[in-house]
Amino acid sequence: MSLTINDLHLSIGGSKILSGISLEAKPGRTLGIVGESGSGKSMTALSVMQLLPLGSHTTGSINFAEHDLLNAPDELMQDLRGDDIAMIFQEPMTALNPVHTIGDQIAEGICLHTGASKSEAHRQAAKLMADVGLPVERFPLGRFPHQLSGGQRQRVAIAMACAQSPDLLIADEPTTALDVVLQAQILDLLRARVENSGMALMLITHDLAVVADMADDLIVMREGEIVDHGPTKSVLRSLAHPYTAKLAAASTHRPALKPANVALVAAPIVQVQNITRDYSTPRQSLFQKGKPFRAVDDVSFNIRAGESLGLVGASGCGKSTLAKMILALDKPTNGSILINSTDIATADQAAMRPVRCAVQAVFQDPGSSFDPRHTVERLIAEPLHLEPKLSADERRQRVLDALAEVAMPADSLHRYPHEFSGGQRQRLALARALITRPSLIVADEPVSALDVSIRAQILDLIADLRHRLGIAWLFISHDLGVVRAICDEVMVMDAGRIVERGACNSVFDAPQSNAAKALVAATPDLARAIALAENDA
Amino acid sequence: MTYLLIRKAAWAIATLAVASLFVFLTMEVVPGDAAQVMLGINATDEAVAALRERLGLDLPLWQRYLSWVGGMVQGDFGTSYIYSEPVSYLVADRITVSLPLAIIALVLSTAIAIPIGVWTASRRGSMLDTVVMGITQVGIAIPNFWFALLMVYVFAIGLQWLPAGGFPGWDAGVFPALKALAMPAIALALPQAAILARVTRSALLETMGQDYIRTARAKGLSRRATLWGHALRNALIPVLTIMGLQFAYLLAGTIIIENVFYLPGLGRLVFQAITQRDIIVVESVVMMLVATNIIINFIVDLLYAVVDPRLRKAPA
Amino acid sequence: MSVPETHRLPGFRESAFASRSFVIGLTVTLIICAMAAISFIWTPYDVTSLAIGDRLQKPSAAHWFGTDHFGRDIASMIMVGARNSIAVAVVAVVIGMGIGVPLGCWAASRGGLPDEALMRGNDVIFAFPALLSAVMISAVFGPGAINAIIAIGIFNIPVFARLSRGGALALWQRDFIAAARVSGKSSARITVEHIVPNIADILIVQATIALALGILQEAGLAYVGLGTQPPFPSWGRMLNEAQTMMSFAPHMAIAPGIAIVVTVLGLNLLGDGLRDALDPKLARLRS
Repeated sequence: MSLTINDLHLSIGGSKILSGISLEAKPGRTLGIVGESGSGKSMTALSVMQLLPLGSHTTGSINFAEHDLLNAPDELMQDLRGDDIAMIFQEPMTALNPVHTIGDQIAEGICLHTGASKSEAHRQAAKLMADVGLPVERFPLGRFPHQLSGGQRQRVAIAMACAQSPDLLIADEPTTALDVVLQAQILDLLRARVENSGMALMLITHDLAVVADMADDLIVMREGEIVDHGPTKSVLRSLAHPYTAKLAAASTHRPALKPANVALVAAPIVQVQNITRDYSTPRQSLFQKGKPFRAVDDVSFNIRAGESLGLVGASGCGKSTLAKMILALDKPTNGSILINSTDIATADQAAMRPVRCAVQAVFQDPGSSFDPRHTVERLIAEPLHLEPKLSADERRQRVLDALAEVAMPADSLHRYPHEFSGGQRQRLALARALITRPSLIVADEPVSALDVSIRAQILDLIADLRHRLGIAWLFISHDLGVVRAICDEVMVMDAGRIVERGACNSVFDAPQSNAAKALVAATPDLARAIALAENDA
Repeated sequence: MTYLLIRKAAWAIATLAVASLFVFLTMEVVPGDAAQVMLGINATDEAVAALRERLGLDLPLWQRYLSWVGGMVQGDFGTSYIYSEPVSYLVADRITVSLPLAIIALVLSTAIAIPIGVWTASRRGSMLDTVVMGITQVGIAIPNFWFALLMVYVFAIGLQWLPAGGFPGWDAGVFPALKALAMPAIALALPQAAILARVTRSALLETMGQDYIRTARAKGLSRRATLWGHALRNALIPVLTIMGLQFAYLLAGTIIIENVFYLPGLGRLVFQAITQRDIIVVESVVMMLVATNIIINFIVDLLYAVVDPRLRKAPA
Repeated sequence: MSVPETHRLPGFRESAFASRSFVIGLTVTLIICAMAAISFIWTPYDVTSLAIGDRLQKPSAAHWFGTDHFGRDIASMIMVGARNSIAVAVVAVVIGMGIGVPLGCWAASRGGLPDEALMRGNDVIFAFPALLSAVMISAVFGPGAINAIIAIGIFNIPVFARLSRGGALALWQRDFIAAARVSGKSSARITVEHIVPNIADILIVQATIALALGILQEAGLAYVGLGTQPPFPSWGRMLNEAQTMMSFAPHMAIAPGIAIVVTVLGLNLLGDGLRDALDPKLARLRS
């Protein structure tokens, strides 16, 4: 049974969301839908499910088997949902009901659609769990969602969606919230399902590399319209449509790396010496203290002036904790961190001042890195708190200089953060970091919340700043491609330890440690997929 | 779970200890000389000295506090200065009115509020929803004792269906006693129900916007089934919080409402004790009500863990 | 406790005035305040002089709400009583915010033991509803309006402490606070510059609700004789006096009750309207 959408138009509360969407999802095939944020790809999926927000108005037709979904009564849709058409969502942390056991949540749909008894449904649920790699011996059905990790929860979501062997499975960004290793596992699971059961898979993602590996057919969306479509191989081979070509170029973009413009200094900026960070965990019982969780385990490394160092690892490996300690936002349990030879654990406020000036930060989420109530001028000038002797004119000049460095107009000064887009805000965040003329910027996933085309621009800017101002970077990312694009060296972190350090090319081309091998193997490679498509021709 | 229970119980007992110290300090230390306060400024020095002796006021503070707490734990609240009776007798007599009243009001308000909350949430935006929410908005603003006065005027003075006040005692039979408690309980319950219904409704609407509701809908559940099966239990946490808070207001309300209906409950006892400066009685009744509050909040705390498995783990 | 990500977006004023509850609530609140203010310079009749000849008159053109058992004009007493209600509620909220907000912000910025201590302290105070505190204070010092203020104010402290702690804790997780810390700012300074302005919204909303509750509680205390004392008119006290006259002068119970309901309703609507205007997500849920 296939799904056919014909000339679908959608408006919500009067504003146009989708126009003229036509597509087909066939049994046993994977249809990839790619687009940047706001392209309408999720709304297309919700239209099929008929789970659109209130105030939606649709025209056109969505046909599934013999049913006309746009005009289907509620009862029919309820029969189809979870039985013939199933869906998994992006955010595994919130997609499961926190107060019900995972067994009950999987069994619920089975009982509903087959009328099976609760115990029979639980038996089936146990089998489904095993199919998604969560054997009930280790993951009893009585577990609650909060007792599982993000990847495990997404597996539960897949088990739940596949309970009735649906004819069509819609996966809306199913791996975006996961790291690459988990992403590869989840994608494998979905791929196996398509091959074994002959269902149709509609895979929605912002990441061209993911669909390049997975999809038989490809649809590229922009601003509510389909701009390019066809078999994946031929779309990638020709890259005929300019927008698709632009997306592909941005996804594989590597800024021209020029060496940092910096005088060679012998002493490293940062010396991290055998640091460890333990967190306490809940008590097991009255008499038994919780075993402390070691987030960072005996880590040592240096960062030299002008160096661009990447830090990669699976989620939960301790890389953000490490970054926080270098920024003196958190204290190591053991070991010491020297910045320009000052031990930041013992330094008093006066001694910290030059350290704070030397090390600045850029954070992941451009939405939350600015106080919404302050003007851009005040926000960017915040670190100048460290240089109290500046006059008002000098401060303003410094802010203007910083804005110029990141190519933002001077009239941004009096505007508020919400008036800027995500990419612009990340430029402003860079300006704030630059204003103290630091020698190191710690950047925690600075581009992962951005669309690919914006990401490419920010990467160029970072490479350029390094070259012109001689700034060293500690660049934390889960995305190997990004690290490879702008770092000289990379460190791979696993379970709190640094397991490998070396030049980017050598680590990524010939990884030594298991963690590095897993990361490299799991990373989807768009460039390779395009090359393969070209070779096929 | 056992550890959590012990930990929470320990906190409740600690809270109780601090609260009792608070009561003790306010009632016995701040006024300076409790005997002087009780006898008034015209009392002779001999009379004051005699009373001090009787109350044990000459002992050091910590000893007085410990013997007060120790006595309460054993059910000995001291002797009323005015009635010359053990306070425990006085209280035991009055509590048979106040406690049933508070419980009936709590049950009544919950039984009214939760269905209304669920019902309006499932029909959000409808005419009925708007009307009912308008009524609850006014309901919150009505002081319960004024509502009680109006009910007395309509049902006791006007229609003469129910007694205007007084309490025949449980000896007179369950039905007449309940009849005497009917209006006070309704007067207490309805304004509380208005708040609770609004909280239930907004908590439900909030949870209905969560991701897991969409997941449940994608499984094929109807809107109604997700509301009952998935949203309601998640919405219970804020509802429980408000119910715990409301209980404090309910206790206070009980004491006030007893005045409207001339019910011989704790409220009457404590107000008479204030005018008679019977500090021992005031202190004991306040401490009892404070303890009830703490125990109720302890129970609410445990209910959180029952409702939400995430709260079953002790914090680090 | 969620802190909306961005607020005071352009058009806060527009969305506030588009909200019916906000407009009605604001109007009612302003009228009550104006009534209280006017009563300082003018009331229809003098509320301190007794006119036994005019006692227990039904509402008429001369006495809009009638007269009480001492022949005082009820409308005038309502006006003067508004002063009392507003003063008690406002001072109690000022006490609650003045102590609760700094405590909550401090606990959130320190975490650990101070935080735990604050939460436990809150539990203790929560066990003392205003009425119980008022009972204790009255037993020792005798009843009076000051007791009511202190009793209600004390109960307001944990309310504001909890709210500001929750809001502050959520903010401390945000990146812009981390950025301020990287700039070397102290927690106290971050609290003043970033935390307080960002929780001001929820505090203002809570303040209107606490005002409404304060007026209800004051009325209750005055009704049982623990609040404002005669001869100064107060709404709760008037209802107490009306109770004994209920069977032959029910009009005495009407006006004070309505005054309380209207004031509390106005403040609650104002609070709802403010919240909706400040948090568009919630507003959509409520509509």
